[in-house]
Amino acid sequence: MDRLDKLALELRKDVARLIHKAGTGHIGGDFSVMEILVTLYFEVMDINKDDFPNPCRDRFVLSKGHCVEALYAVLARKGFIDWDDVFDGYGAFGSRFIGHPNNKIPGIEMNTGSLGHGLAIGVGMALASRMDDGRNRVYVVMGDGELDEGSVWEAAMAAASYRLGNLCAVIDRNRLQISGRTEDVMGLDPLDEKWKSFGWNVLACNGNSCEELSAAFLLASRCGTRPSVIIANTVKGYGASLMEDKASWHHKVPDEQELSLILDGLDRRMEGLS
Amino acid sequence: MSKTACKKIICEELCARAAHDKDIVVLCSDSRGSAGMSGFFEMYPSRAFEVGIAEQDIVSIAAGMAASGKKPFVFSPASFLTSRSYEQVKVDCAYSDMNVKLIGVSGGVSYGALGYSHHATNDIACMCALPNMAVYMPSDGRQAASLVGHLLSDPGPAYVRVGRNPVDDIYGSGAQFAPGRAISPLSPWPDCDVVIISCGEMVKAAVDAAMALEKDGVKVSVIDMYCLKPFDVDAVISHARNASLVVTVEEHVPSGGLGSLVAQAISSNCPKPVHSLSLPDGPVVSGTSQEVFAFYHLDSEGIAREVKRLLGVN
Repeated sequence: MDRLDKLALELRKDVARLIHKAGTGHIGGDFSVMEILVTLYFEVMDINKDDFPNPCRDRFVLSKGHCVEALYAVLARKGFIDWDDVFDGYGAFGSRFIGHPNNKIPGIEMNTGSLGHGLAIGVGMALASRMDDGRNRVYVVMGDGELDEGSVWEAAMAAASYRLGNLCAVIDRNRLQISGRTEDVMGLDPLDEKWKSFGWNVLACNGNSCEELSAAFLLASRCGTRPSVIIANTVKGYGASLMEDKASWHHKVPDEQELSLILDGLDRRMEGLS
Repeated sequence: MSKTACKKIICEELCARAAHDKDIVVLCSDSRGSAGMSGFFEMYPSRAFEVGIAEQDIVSIAAGMAASGKKPFVFSPASFLTSRSYEQVKVDCAYSDMNVKLIGVSGGVSYGALGYSHHATNDIACMCALPNMAVYMPSDGRQAASLVGHLLSDPGPAYVRVGRNPVDDIYGSGAQFAPGRAISPLSPWPDCDVVIISCGEMVKAAVDAAMALEKDGVKVSVIDMYCLKPFDVDAVISHARNASLVVTVEEHVPSGGLGSLVAQAISSNCPKPVHSLSLPDGPVVSGTSQEVFAFYHLDSEGIAREVKRLLGVN
């Protein structure tokens, strides 16, 4: 799994350079969610550009759509889009590479951005898959701050009620949102108990470890008829010491000096893996 | 002449077509009874989904189904479907351009004395303002049945408002309803004193008013704008150009509905005054829908009376 952890660090460098150049982006969440995306796209999901949109493909919805820069980096590495196009276009006038997912871009299923929509969309996809006797699975990544939205819990009820064992939600539990600590803004704990009480299979892991995430996804795929949620305990800004666990980096743009520190820090961590 | 609720016709049509189209699915929000969809739930239990009283959820779930190739029809009271769910409709259906058909049942003031919380009188303005969204308000059962076929052949999102109560047949069995085109329920005059433009349940009242006015020597053309988006500007212009008076009649607030759409079309192409008969900008007087229509001059007598007043005839 060092290979995937290293890839996640590499892709963070792409994201940091992109946000620095464009002057916009959500770097803190991009850095916390990166291992989740890398594990899904390079280890777990059956999604490939060559047969997209294969109706039997696994489905992915980035419900915390503001972290689209991380998704762009992953989709580019998977070959869906050209990173040079992203780098040149992101944030530029008239570009299709905007600050939230858009389904006009290859590999992106649904437009997201407003929080609290993705899980219900995933419920619809999982129901459709079951109607077709499909073996594909549906993955939805949410932020923990996003769980403040009531629509998330409507969808949580529906998924359990319809016994959607083919649905797996992942919560990027970095414990920060734009105004500060999640528990100060709107208490979420005990988060695992909440999901259990809604009838979900609840798993928890280090969300910045591809090995632990991979194991959790495997367990989720074996849970029978209950939908699964993986509470991925992450660190906002993970991989760059100056940003880690700081709400101020929710959508701060690194200046030249900060970019240099971020890239150096990522290089050092990559050396530690190899 | 028979009376049938449009929702009943839509249910029958969907039940018939679902036998040959396995991708048709129906979703309700504890609303299958009020939507008249119990029959579909009984015939196709594996393709009928109850999501509970969760109007945000129902729209996003339908969008997810559409993204996976299904043809979802969402049935929910128009009031909640177009306000409680508006952001899900905006982002998950309109912006994502998903094949979700939103059927707002008990629209307008159908719920009568239940009050403003249950009335959908600004839904047309809301839905017409969304990209990719087609908007319809059928006036009778045949039009509603025809509309189902069109909805199934169109891959984009659409909103359909239907009322709660049975409505009279307006059109004969041979009537043809072209997508996106208005229709004249009466033979139009080449030159008329007044053209009445209406939609939904107001069409029957407009037709009755026109027939009464003609007995008094007033030549009236009637246009049924059952498709509000895309809007048949050509039909409006061709009828309005030679009319002395243009009157719109709608079960909607004054802003953003049929009256606004007609005024916008006419002001750009053949400027002349447009007189709009509508519900008020706010909660309506308490009463049954028929009582409410009569109070705001939206029944046939009220329309005829307003037309005569505007023309200055007795």
